[in-house]
Amino acid sequence: MPDPFKVLTSGTLVLSQTNIDTDQIIPARFLTTTSRDGLGALAFHDWRYESDGSPKPEAVLNRIEPTQHRILVAGPNFGCGSSREHAPWALLDYGFRAVIATEIADIFTSNALKNGLLPVVVDQATWDDLANNPDQPVTIDLEAGELRRGNHAAVSFTVEPFARQCLLDGVDTLGWLQSHMPAIEAFERNAHPEPVA
Amino acid sequence: MREPPRTLFDKVWDRHVVVAETEATPGVLYVDLHLVHEVTSPQAFSDIEARGLKVRRPDRTFATLDHSTPTLPAGPNGLKPYVTAEAEAQVHRLEQNCARHGVNLAGWDSADRGVVHVMGPELGLTQPGMTVVCGDSHTATHGAFGALAFGIGTSEVAHVLATQCLLQRKSRAMRVMVDGRLAPGVVGKDVALAVIAALGFGGGTGFVIEYAGEVVRGLDMEGRMTLCNMSIEAGARAGMVAPDEKTVEWLRGRRHVASGEAFEQQAADWLTLASDPGAVFDSEVVLDGSAIRPMATWGTTPDAGSPIGSPVPAPRSDSDRKALAYMGFTAGETTTTQAVDVVFVGSCTNGRLPDLRAAAEVLRGRKVKPGLRMLVVPGSEAVRRDAEAEGLHHVFTEAGAEWRIPGCSMCIAMNGDFVGPGQLAVSTSNRNFEGRQGKGARTVLASPATAAASAVAGVLTDPRVYLREAAPLEQESATQATGVENA
Ligand code: SF4
Repeated sequence: MPDPFKVLTSGTLVLSQTNIDTDQIIPARFLTTTSRDGLGALAFHDWRYESDGSPKPEAVLNRIEPTQHRILVAGPNFGCGSSREHAPWALLDYGFRAVIATEIADIFTSNALKNGLLPVVVDQATWDDLANNPDQPVTIDLEAGELRRGNHAAVSFTVEPFARQCLLDGVDTLGWLQSHMPAIEAFERNAHPEPVA
Repeated sequence: MREPPRTLFDKVWDRHVVVAETEATPGVLYVDLHLVHEVTSPQAFSDIEARGLKVRRPDRTFATLDHSTPTLPAGPNGLKPYVTAEAEAQVHRLEQNCARHGVNLAGWDSADRGVVHVMGPELGLTQPGMTVVCGDSHTATHGAFGALAFGIGTSEVAHVLATQCLLQRKSRAMRVMVDGRLAPGVVGKDVALAVIAALGFGGGTGFVIEYAGEVVRGLDMEGRMTLCNMSIEAGARAGMVAPDEKTVEWLRGRRHVASGEAFEQQAADWLTLASDPGAVFDSEVVLDGSAIRPMATWGTTPDAGSPIGSPVPAPRSDSDRKALAYMGFTAGETTTTQAVDVVFVGSCTNGRLPDLRAAAEVLRGRKVKPGLRMLVVPGSEAVRRDAEAEGLHHVFTEAGAEWRIPGCSMCIAMNGDFVGPGQLAVSTSNRNFEGRQGKGARTVLASPATAAASAVAGVLTDPRVYLREAAPLEQESATQATGVENA
C-alpha cells in the first residue's frame, strides 16, 4: 500500500531527453527479480554504470543526493515502452516521489499512481522554467492540485480523481475493487457467457 | 429511438462494464482472459497471498514461460542453460504459483508453450469480443481478433487475479485507415512501421486504435497481429481489427473455441462487432497503403522508420541527435551500407509461421554472410512443429542460421540471447530502444524478409532484391512512403 501523498517540497532533477523509455529507467535484464524491493540501485543503471559495474563519474544520477531531489523533471513521453511496474518501483526506491513532464505515457501513469509516485503533466512554459531553474525548490500540493515555485503564480494540474483520492488517503485500490464483489458475481451470473472451455 | 452508432471498441467495452465509471470513480471492467508470464506476475501473486486471497477464476487465467527461458535445449547433464540463478528462480516461482492456485501453465513439458501473445490466439483462447489482459504491453496483439486487449502493470495483475476485474476509464477512439493496395513484397510489419512513423511515438497516447481500410482487410491474421502488436509503439493502449470471415476461419477448430452449431452462433455474433456506419472516432488518420515500401528504423524509437534506402532525415531535436549518435548513422546517408553483425527473426511481432516462411523464402539456396550471426526463434512450440514439418529449420541451418526453441530471446535479451555492445542488429522484434537487445546494442527494426535479406547481404537490404515475384524496384522518394493525411 502506498504512503499517502499530500504536499511535497523538494529540489528537482532534470533529465530533459524525449522518450525516456522503461528500458532506460530499468533495463530488462534486471527484471528477473521476484521482489519489488531494492530496485533503486538499478534505476537508470546503464546511464549510471560502466560495463564493469563502476559508477560513471559524469552521470548526474550518481552525483546528487537523492533525498534532496525527490522530483524528476523529465522530457516528453516519459515512461513510454513496456508495462513493467519495475519502472516506478525503481524510481521510488531511488528516492523520487513525483515526475513532471509535458507528456507521460499511459501505462506508466497508471502504474506510478498505484505506487505513490505522482505523475504531474504541465504546459511547455512551466516545464521550460522548471528545466532552466534546477536549483529552485518546487512544491507539489496534491490536495490543492497546484504546483508552486519561487514567486511564480501557482500552476494547477489534474490527476485522475479516484487515483488522487487514493493517494491522499493512502487507500489501496484492490481493497476498493473487492468491495464491488457482489456486482462482479452478479455480472458473471446474469450478464456474461461462460468461461473459455 | 434508434441506438447511436457504436465503434468496435464501444461494443466490446459495453459488454464488459460491471460498474459504470463516474466522474469520481473509474468503472469496473470484466476481464475474460488473463494471460500470465514469469516476469510481471511474481509480485502480484505475493500481493494476493499476503491478503489471504486465491486466484478467483483460474479457468480464465493462462500462464506460459517465455521471457527468462533459455532458447537452447538442456545440456547433457539435463540442466537447462538459464542465464542466471535468478532467471531460473523466477521460472520456478511461476511454476509454484500456478500449481498452488490451480492456474493452467504451458510449462516446459507442454506442447503448447510459447511467447504469450503467440500462444493465446493459437490455442483459440483469444476470441473476438473478449477483453484480454496481460502484464505486458504487447497484449494489444490479440486485438487482431476484435478483442479489446491491453497491457497492465503488476498491481493490476493482482487486481485481476483476485477479482477478474480492473478499474478502468474508457480511452478515446482513433481510427487508422490504410487504404489502397500493398505493393508486392510489402507486409504487415512494413505497414506497422509506416503507421507508427506517421503517428509518432506518443501519437496514440490515450487512444484505442481501430485499424481499418482495404490494406488491413487484406492482411492475413498473422499480419493483423503484427500490426496490432505494435500499437503501443505509438503510445496506444490497444489496437483492434473488426472480425471478418478470415477471423472466423482462422479460429475454427482451435482447441478452446466452441464447435458445431455453437461455433456458428458465436461466429455470427462476432461479425456483428464491426463498427457501425457513421460511428464517431475521436481521431481519424488515413494512410495511402500503396505508397508503403519495405521499412526499417534508423533511430532508437520505433517511429524513427523510413523506406529502406532512403536517406536518414536531418535531426529535429537533441533526442534525434542522440539517437543518431547512438546508432552511428549520419543524416543524409542511407542505413544500407553499415555491416550488420546480428539478425534476429522471432518475437511476438514476427515469430509466427508465415514470418518464418518469409524469411526462409529469402534464405533458401543462399547463405548467411560469413561472420554474421543469425538467430531464428519460433514464437511457440506449435510454430516450431509446423515449421519443422515443412523443413524450414533445414533451410535456416543450411544457410548458416541458428534454429532455437521458443521464447522471447533477443527481443528483450533477458535469457542470455543478446546483441553485443556496439553491434548492429536487424531484428523482427518491436523495440529499438537503447540497450533493448543488450547493453550498447544497436537495433534496426524490420520485417522477416528484410531481416533475412540483410543476413545474406551483410547490410540492411530491401528483400525485393531477392524475391522472385517482386516487382522491379522503382525509384521513389522517401516522402511517398508514409503519405499521411489527417482527416
Ligand atoms: S517477444 Fe518481446 S515483446 Fe513479445 S512478449 Fe516477449 S519480450 Fe515482450
